[in-house]
Amino acid sequence: MLPRPTTHSKALGPGVAGPELAVATSAVLDRPPQPTAHHPLTGAQPCFVDPAALGDPRQHTKYPYVTGSSVVAIKYKDGVLVGCDMLGAYGSTKRYKSTQRIHQVNSKCVVAAGGEVSDFQHIITLLDELTTDDYRTDDGIELTPQEVYSYLCRVMYNRRNKFDPLWNSLVVGGVQGGVPFLGMVGMIGTHYTDSHVTTGFANQLARPLFRERQHDDMSEEDALALMYDALKVCYYRDKVSINKFQIAKVTKDAGTSISEPFALEMRWDYKLFAQPTKWAVGAW
Amino acid sequence: SDTHVVLATLKRSQSELSSFQRKVFKIDDHMGIAIAGLTGDGRSMSKYMRNECINHRYVYESAMPVGRLVRQLADKSQVCTQRSWKRPYGVGLLVAGVDAAGPHLFNTCPSGNYFEYKAMAIGARSQAAKTYLEKHFESFPAATLDDLIRHSLRALQASLSEGELSAANSSVAVVGAGMAFTLLEDDAVL
Repeated sequence: MLPRPTTHSKALGPGVAGPELAVATSAVLDRPPQPTAHHPLTGAQPCFVDPAALGDPRQHTKYPYVTGSSVVAIKYKDGVLVGCDMLGAYGSTKRYKSTQRIHQVNSKCVVAAGGEVSDFQHIITLLDELTTDDYRTDDGIELTPQEVYSYLCRVMYNRRNKFDPLWNSLVVGGVQGGVPFLGMVGMIGTHYTDSHVTTGFANQLARPLFRERQHDDMSEEDALALMYDALKVCYYRDKVSINKFQIAKVTKDAGTSISEPFALEMRWDYKLFAQPTKWAVGAW
Repeated sequence: SDTHVVLATLKRSQSELSSFQRKVFKIDDHMGIAIAGLTGDGRSMSKYMRNECINHRYVYESAMPVGRLVRQLADKSQVCTQRSWKRPYGVGLLVAGVDAAGPHLFNTCPSGNYFEYKAMAIGARSQAAKTYLEKHFESFPAATLDDLIRHSLRALQASLSEGELSAANSSVAVVGAGMAFTLLEDDAVL
């Protein structure tokens, strides 16, 4: 058994290990004394508040505040396309009109998110840590999209188990071994992979378009046209969206690129838009 | 070779009556080790490696890159050389594995050093085996799996000062791009 290291000063009192700077100890055997109700700590330890005593002031995520709307993504012949608008909405207010909701992880993979923007920024930090480790190891091995997807599933599910979810619906897209990969991870850890993936409102609006028109060997022009149509529908019918989009493209040959923000042609002079209830069956 | 890695080991026994000492351990479907030295330390290292591999599989659902696991192991061994109350691991490992970057063969030392090799022999009386490998290693990248196994057994034979290489005292392990880590003992070796 190792003798428990203590500071030399008895003034700190019995049972206090003191700052353990110069003495290397086993982290398991020699944990600093945990505070309990009847053993207040002396000044040697940083002030430690017992959460139980205060009725647990830690809050869990209850509602998202600044949110992103939908994300649409499809596979095509050369890779994947992931598109979304650039709005960070504060409730119904269209507050931040230049939030980039797509993030490039490495040369093979992008992640896009709908939902709470700050949680997505945290996820970006986690992914950047992984990417930096890969870079530092410098052995030519990068995270594949499928590994990013599995990692995010575990993270989201873990947070959900702690009743403190990251309030996001994530889309992971990329190319690995020449084969396109597309997956979605929800805020409670639900996940699936498919040839076309949508989150948020686009589930209702864009999915029917994709079901009809998407197939895995589409050409790039067809795929882009389909994406534009999907983004248009999302802007027409989703109240909390703006006409400013970004599309990320991941291909086998050219790697990853995120486009400059662009706007699409919209028509608001459709008769049904101008007078939506004119032909509706109504009370009078 | 460019597609497979072969490990061949000589098993020692305490006496005529006892069974031979086990020296090859499967770490994961894509990786395995052969040990030379204190077998107890070797078993403890293999337990650590298996744990790391399976954790990686749980989080990332993919095989752990061999080089990274070897580096973690080497860092662990180095810690034991720099604390006064610890002793170094008394075992050298040959780690054979296949990952996204191809087949790898690493050798780790108690000092915490590790190197990647095209061909290597470790243990007592390994010099004769190393000489054999040095003569023939240029033909390994293109060799077929059977040729590779034959080379490794001949190298092992070279290090035996007396006695024959029999099915009972040698074991061969193979891992390849399409092939999970397989250990061939006794009859399968023939």
